[in-house]
Amino acid sequence: MRYEQVFVAITREEVRRVAALARLRLAPEEEARLTGDLDHILEAFARLSALDTKAVAPTAHVEDFGALLRQDTVENPPAGDEPLANAPSRDGRFFKVPKIIE
Amino acid sequence: MTPLHDLSLRDAAARVRRRETSSVELVRAALDRIAAVEPAVGAFLSVTEAEALAAAAAIDRRIAAGEDPGPLAGVPAGIKDIICTAGIRTTAGSRILERFVPAYDATVTARLKRAGAVIVGKLNCDEFAMGSSTENSALGTTRNPWDGNRVPGGSSGGSGAAVAAGECHAALGTDTGGSVRLPAAFCGVVGLKPTYGRVSRYGVIAYASSLDQVGPLARDVADTALMLEAIAGHDPADSTASPRPVPSYLAALEQGVRGLRLGLPREYFVEGMQPEVEAGVRAAVRELERLGAIVEPVSLPHTEYAIATYYLIATAEASSNLARYDGIRYGLRVPADSLGAMYEASRAAGFGTEVKRRIMLGTYALSAGYYDAYYLKAQQVRTLIRRDFEQVFQRCEALVTPVAPTTAFRLGEKIADPLTMYLSDIFTISVNLAGLPGLALPCGFDASGLPIGLQVIGRPFDEETVLRIGAAYEQATDWHRRRASL
Repeated sequence: MRYEQVFVAITREEVRRVAALARLRLAPEEEARLTGDLDHILEAFARLSALDTKAVAPTAHVEDFGALLRQDTVENPPAGDEPLANAPSRDGRFFKVPKIIE
Repeated sequence: MTPLHDLSLRDAAARVRRRETSSVELVRAALDRIAAVEPAVGAFLSVTEAEALAAAAAIDRRIAAGEDPGPLAGVPAGIKDIICTAGIRTTAGSRILERFVPAYDATVTARLKRAGAVIVGKLNCDEFAMGSSTENSALGTTRNPWDGNRVPGGSSGGSGAAVAAGECHAALGTDTGGSVRLPAAFCGVVGLKPTYGRVSRYGVIAYASSLDQVGPLARDVADTALMLEAIAGHDPADSTASPRPVPSYLAALEQGVRGLRLGLPREYFVEGMQPEVEAGVRAAVRELERLGAIVEPVSLPHTEYAIATYYLIATAEASSNLARYDGIRYGLRVPADSLGAMYEASRAAGFGTEVKRRIMLGTYALSAGYYDAYYLKAQQVRTLIRRDFEQVFQRCEALVTPVAPTTAFRLGEKIADPLTMYLSDIFTISVNLAGLPGLALPCGFDASGLPIGLQVIGRPFDEETVLRIGAAYEQATDWHRRRASL
């Protein structure tokens, strides 16, 4: 079984590291469950390592027509209040956020 | 006489254009039907009664003035709640967007309206389209119209259920790994995932951008073709929307299947699948042969790697796409003292279990030390999966397979085991990885009276052949005429 070469058991610490990268705060029970889930899922997915892909180019996108670029012309009228209408917190024409610089 | 809500999209539009029925009458019939069956089905997250009646009245006025209201003239349609609708709440089935009201229409929404459709509401889905049963919606439970204890499939479960229940004549869903085709199969309706790039994704809330595609669900193949014609085509707002011209899909339907070479991939008939599903699909294949198609066995040898490949690529893209939900400009904000704490608290409260699981999986697969072993590896295997299809399509014009290994499963049956749930997509996800068109249509019922789905997979941008095969099969059978008793 070559799977074992790639699969590393997922630990609680690993889950905390990834949660910090993903900006997710996890409750202790979520942390425990995700440790088990990720371990179980990634162990099954390690089957990919059985394939020899050294000479295979990766596919990021299936399209064959390349990038379709257009002139960057302004078509929308200047925005009114719409962009701010969904703001969780605002002050006049501004989005309000917690203090960033002490 | 067929009740108005049960008319096909084509018949309903034709009646409106001939002034035999008004759009307002059709919309009222749909709203009545929604009021009658929603307690049992739960397909909608929002019913836009006032807007729909106003839009219908406007269509009727245009007809009275002698104008052409478009091919979908005045017909009620529903839209998956992951597709933006200007001024109408669009939630993606998530707490984090529970109060989000878009300032603009997605291109597909605008095109449906321009074609004359009347939007009667927004349809439930798995949160951010992540799921195979619609049970991951944070905002409501959708039940299968054929059996209220069963799931409608997912992630476009509201779309499948609403069309099957007669609450709208057609609907839009999105399909990243099977999310249009699986609910179509489980609910006994027709659903199409177009070729990647055939339909604009502008204004569609992103899950996995290299796989996401909008597709129609309707009660027969011709209605599905008509819907595709309305939404397909290039869009200056989406650089991945192909500039290829959009053919008349309706015109392609009458050509039959005589002489078409259809492949039957042996990897799609596996041990452990429900015997009635295999029997139903094999009977459909025999019917296509009887109609003149040439069926031959083919092999897609990398099929067994598709689930792992898909769930690594899709979750990696999702972890990036969902980074935008930070509680700053829109969406749920949980106040906190610092910006970092606010991000973490808002995302913790706003995302559900499966979304967190996929963000974690994707972040892990992209993180330092694992990128090559998981993400890059999955992208390389994606190439192998694509090549499998390229090879068989040198010989075959289309492939015929089941949509899923089972019919609709019970609510709660798979929700605790993510890997088992992921296996529901085993016959649909390769199509997304390879960017191909895939059609789901009913081909029978199991002993419990649940619909069985047939899948037709085509070459890139050959929706015409896929729809034509579906239409030929449908003309010879009557599965698509059966209705759930509600």
